[in-house]
Amino acid sequence: MQREEIETVLRELFAAQRLAVLSTQQDGRPYGSLVGFDAADDLRSVVFATTRATRKFANLMADPWVALVIDSRDNRESDFHAAVAVTATGASREALGAERDAAAAHYLGKHPALKSFVDSPTCAMVVVDVDTYYLVRRFQDVVELHVRL
Amino acid sequence: MSRDVVIPLGRLDPAAVDTAGGKACALAALAQAGLPVPAGAAVTTAAYAQYIAAAGLRERIALELSRKDFADMRWEEIWDAALRIRNLFLTTPLPRRLRDRLARGLGERLTAGPVVVRSSAPGEDAEGASFAGLHESYVNIRGLDAVLEHVRLVWASLWSDAALLYRRELGLDPRHSAMAVVVQELADGRRSGVCFTVDPRDASHGLLEAVHGLNQGLVDGTIEPDRWVLDRDDGRLLEHAAAEREEWVRPTADGVRVAPLPAELRDRPPLGDDEAVTVYGMARRSESFFGRPQDVEWTFAGERLTCLQSRPITTGAEAGDDRAAYLSLRRSFDNLATLRRRIEDELLPQIGRDADAMAGVVLETLTDDELQEEILRRRERYEHWIAVYSVDFIPFAHGVRLFGRLYNDVVHPADPYEFTDLLGSGPMASMQRNDELESMAARLRDGEDTDDALEAFLTRYGDTSWGATTLAAQRETLRHLIGELAAAPHGTESQRRGDPARQRRDAGDTSAPEEAEERFLQQVDESEREHAREVLDLARASWRLRDDDNVYVGRIEGQLLRAIAEARGRGTFAAAELDHLAAPLHPTVGGLPAPSTGAGSREATAAQATASARARQSADETEPRAVRARQLLGQPAGPGVAVGPARVVVTPEDISGFRAGEVLVCDAVDPSMTFVVPLAAAIVERRGGMLIHGAIIAREYGIPCVTGVPQATQQIITGDRVSVDGHLGIVVVG
Repeated sequence: MQREEIETVLRELFAAQRLAVLSTQQDGRPYGSLVGFDAADDLRSVVFATTRATRKFANLMADPWVALVIDSRDNRESDFHAAVAVTATGASREALGAERDAAAAHYLGKHPALKSFVDSPTCAMVVVDVDTYYLVRRFQDVVELHVRL
Repeated sequence: MSRDVVIPLGRLDPAAVDTAGGKACALAALAQAGLPVPAGAAVTTAAYAQYIAAAGLRERIALELSRKDFADMRWEEIWDAALRIRNLFLTTPLPRRLRDRLARGLGERLTAGPVVVRSSAPGEDAEGASFAGLHESYVNIRGLDAVLEHVRLVWASLWSDAALLYRRELGLDPRHSAMAVVVQELADGRRSGVCFTVDPRDASHGLLEAVHGLNQGLVDGTIEPDRWVLDRDDGRLLEHAAAEREEWVRPTADGVRVAPLPAELRDRPPLGDDEAVTVYGMARRSESFFGRPQDVEWTFAGERLTCLQSRPITTGAEAGDDRAAYLSLRRSFDNLATLRRRIEDELLPQIGRDADAMAGVVLETLTDDELQEEILRRRERYEHWIAVYSVDFIPFAHGVRLFGRLYNDVVHPADPYEFTDLLGSGPMASMQRNDELESMAARLRDGEDTDDALEAFLTRYGDTSWGATTLAAQRETLRHLIGELAAAPHGTESQRRGDPARQRRDAGDTSAPEEAEERFLQQVDESEREHAREVLDLARASWRLRDDDNVYVGRIEGQLLRAIAEARGRGTFAAAELDHLAAPLHPTVGGLPAPSTGAGSREATAAQATASARARQSADETEPRAVRARQLLGQPAGPGVAVGPARVVVTPEDISGFRAGEVLVCDAVDPSMTFVVPLAAAIVERRGGMLIHGAIIAREYGIPCVTGVPQATQQIITGDRVSVDGHLGIVVVG
């Protein structure tokens, strides 16, 4: 499969889905969260918003490495063959200054309802610089896209 | 369903209530039946739906209303939610395509103005539920931008506190509601009124009311009309009762205003007898068209009689609802100005004299019988002042709300509470007391003795209620608090972040509130500026009183408790009876049904006792908790962020151990708790609302505050580490 083909599948999936499962960890203890996500147009990063008092934020301050799962399941048996799931791995960091403003504006394009949340000074825009996407289809068909290569 | 965003009244299907609303359909029916109706058009619910779908507004409203179970929201919280939602409408522009379609649909005729922009809710004016008066209408609007802005304000009024409460009463889900709008040429009526084809007092008569000027003054009850009674059978005039004609309502540059009636019109009835007969005839034509008695609003623009509205006559009893109670939530400026004079000139001096007189009684010299009588008298005074509190002091809080609306309409601020920056300039009673404690702390820091100052303080404020006793008995607690203030004078200061007004004050920029006031006034149309100044002045009085009234009523309660403490000390009084006489009372918002889930007082007291016992434990002494709250959702009531150990205060005794930098967690900030506010890193309250006492004090001190956290005092335990996010209204535990 060509890189362009995979990127098309990813773009379509990311446009259709609003929520991602985020994995963080601290002291070897994994932790999962549901987050509203937004992917950069060039697919090199995925962004989510969180307040700084949350467990997920404390975890990724301690260890920036995270995984995200974004998928198209609709909670039916047919999901096993029909759903598409993507796991993204990479390192996270809080966007600051002009980068935060740009990330927030792009994010609100996708999640306009979260404006008050994103505008709060207590809300961090977290950028995950993705190194690899793992695309799963037809139950067991898995391909990797190494973004930085 | 038609997707047109604008439909002219002449082409509107009178049955299309779902898309155009009851008012537009009734006007369309009248126009199509040949009655004289001003030209206009309906902005349909399709336009509303497109607007709230864009910019995520639909979900933002839903997020706002789902912060907590709607049934559990106090009216103050609903008002706050309504204010925030209204601001979403004010700050969210129309999508360009929708704006273009509305401009095209309304055309030159309905945008060059002057026009009226009126609500036309589906279901409104229909049989059964009546939404009359719950939603907004605006008169004398000119220009496309102004018309479209007022269309948005009418849409927003679907989410007003009164409309939300009324829908809750009817069991309607507000999230499924939609709103249409009528935009109509303004008939610049020199003489206007209302006609009931059947007189509510006598079914064989018709009733006609008329005033000089526009009929807004008549409809909202500020201007007394002339009345004519007519015979239903032959339309003959039976009786004319003249009014004291002193004022009229006239259009101004951007609205309408009550003005003195010119002398030459005072002796002249608004209608001649023959005109009264003509108006009644038109109303009867409407009745025969609709097939039931009608309530018709009309006006003479020049010599041309125009029908403004016609709807079936409903009485309160017929509608079977408390709409009147919800409508009374809105108070006019004049009403509040009168209330202010009563409070400032009569009630506050009276309550002060009452408390002074009680303080002057030397209880120790009274016989048991005299003491018994004194206690009963004080109980009676306490109950009296609590009633005054409910009837006069609480409603006066509307002064703040009135200004908040005006400010937001003019400025469209991102923060809907920005207006409070302009309010907090006067000295508040509890802050004055705290300033005295701060100065004692400063002297203690310099190694000076503060005993005399403390005694003087106790003499002045000793009768403040403090749980079952008074402040007079809290010498050691005050000593401790002064010590805490002295030890950490700046530790608390550093927590004060986020509140711009506070930052400006801290930076020594005392002119900031005046500058903010000036900036605001510059944005007000010149003809309205004096009025805006008056509303601001009223709001400042209202803001101050939210603190002071607590302190004053606290003094009366303290004097009652002082007498009861004397009786307990003698051992000759029945303890149960004294407990009964010492029971605290809670003011209520007049006439409004409380949320159905409120705990009864007995359970509440039991829960309070348990919580108090727990509050005195600390987090590491308690059993491991299987279920723990991690993140509690309330309302943002004071901006800023703070982290600190919680101090749960259920009874005033819990205050005695308060340390600088702790987070005050309580049901509601009462007068005794205000002493520790300067020490607190943040405040978390169970009682909800942005304009409640605790929130106002927190904002004055620039301390982050979250209110309306259900079960705050049970979910949080003293010693728990809590992060208070006053921007988003979130409390993180642990």
